[in-house]
Amino acid sequence: MVVSAAREIRDREIVFVGMRLPLIAFVVAKKTHAPNAIGLFENGVIRSTPSAELIYTMADPANIKNATQCLDMLGVMSLLQSGRVHMGFLGAAEVDRFGNLNSTEVHGVKGMTRLPGSGGACDIASLAQRFVALLEHSKDRLPERVSYITSPGNGDGEGWRQRVSLPRGGPAAVITSKAVLHFGDDGEAYLASTHPGVSVEDVLRNTGWPLPVSEKVTTTSEPTAEELKAIREYDKDGFWTK
Amino acid sequence: MTMREAVCELVPDGASVALGLQMEQMIPFAAGHEIIRQKKRGLTLIGPISDILFDQMIAAGCVERVIAAWVGNVMMGSAYNFRRAVEQGNLKIVNLTNFAVALALQAAAMGVPFLPTRTALGSDVARENEFFAKIESPFNAESSESMTLHAVRALAPDVTIVHLQRADRDGNAHCWGNFGVMIEGFRAAKRVIVVAEEIVDAEVIASDPNRTVIPGFMVHAVVECRHGAHPSPVQGYYSRDNAFFRQYHENTKTLGDSEAWLQRWVYAVADRAGYMSQLGTCRVADLAVKHHAYAAPTEFGY
Repeated sequence: MVVSAAREIRDREIVFVGMRLPLIAFVVAKKTHAPNAIGLFENGVIRSTPSAELIYTMADPANIKNATQCLDMLGVMSLLQSGRVHMGFLGAAEVDRFGNLNSTEVHGVKGMTRLPGSGGACDIASLAQRFVALLEHSKDRLPERVSYITSPGNGDGEGWRQRVSLPRGGPAAVITSKAVLHFGDDGEAYLASTHPGVSVEDVLRNTGWPLPVSEKVTTTSEPTAEELKAIREYDKDGFWTK
Repeated sequence: MTMREAVCELVPDGASVALGLQMEQMIPFAAGHEIIRQKKRGLTLIGPISDILFDQMIAAGCVERVIAAWVGNVMMGSAYNFRRAVEQGNLKIVNLTNFAVALALQAAAMGVPFLPTRTALGSDVARENEFFAKIESPFNAESSESMTLHAVRALAPDVTIVHLQRADRDGNAHCWGNFGVMIEGFRAAKRVIVVAEEIVDAEVIASDPNRTVIPGFMVHAVVECRHGAHPSPVQGYYSRDNAFFRQYHENTKTLGDSEAWLQRWVYAVADRAGYMSQLGTCRVADLAVKHHAYAAPTEFGY
């Protein structure tokens, strides 16, 4: 999952890196195919090199040392709002068929479950040129419609972002533990590839709506030796990549 | 001033308190624990994200309302006391986004009622939320395309508490590392408490004015408190105590466990020195800076 996520970053892009799993996906991309990508972190850090050690949060001292710049949130959020960020990278509890993310509250049969909230996720999903979301694949976490839109994807379909006056952007991909979903012009997610060893049926069975399957559905290419090395050297104890 | 005096004088019951403004760095845990010990009640907590300090203050019954973008344990995920309090309807929560927190504080810092932004349009965060209103840009009336924006309401905390590396006796304060929303956070506040790892001579602060983030005339109390941000890190002083965040996650799943945690780490110690001696000298040594990395000297001469 981390490798697939890392591959969404193109070299030389300006990337807004969200908390938790996106932190390590950015490092893997930097150490492999995207050495010139620039990372923006909402605490005010800008990095052109990956941190020397594993970080658990974006404000860990290792993410500050040898940063390109270390200032404030308004500065990096201003870069995001003015359209200077190519890609935003987010985790979420739930993602729906139109790529809307929920990380605030889930309403289920057992009542409401409170989650930590947006953090910067809503800002990144609203304002980046495109965003990529990352989550474990299960039916619960991929409902047809999220019960709360923390971070806007394509709303209810084509043209929605324009109608609500979002300036740009939208979901480019959802990377799960089983598959990669992309989005069509209608704003809806479709299955683009399944990870090695995962069948299309398995993905469909574990998705909360009838997920369209691309005619060109493929198998996600295996992590390369270089990608695996980058992960293992960085996340030695497997905290993020067990 | 001692931490006890500063909290007693400047954090009354019912106050709105901004803290944890540098995100996961330099969270004023020692100040938060003193607020808990003094049994402050009815507080409104303000911050972008909160890395377990809000959860502890909620567990202790100090908090009536939270205005934040994210409340949890950054490394581990959920924070159980926050979650329980919201799910059981015992806590008012105003959901914001990080950018919206920054803008709300910046608006108050600038003395204007709101600031415009293009974030959160179409999201449920902004729906039925007193901090967001939809407005049209007044400057594109001539163009055929209107521009809808969110106005984010100004937010002025009664007191902002900032932990940082060093300050002089007047509160002129140096900080390095990431600032998050600390600058607008203290500028927006009615009162400011600066908690510093070290109190230094005024000449040290004046030698590097670019590093002075808070001018002393804005500051109402200066407290010296070594290790006052543990388990969060202070750049150049100590690392993040990741094991402590993990243990907190394991040991606060129930209300009873959380009360036991507070008893051990807050109520049973008189102050930060007591807390640190409970933590133990080995662990403190383990968190100390291992590989120094000094910035290049800066010439201010002329």
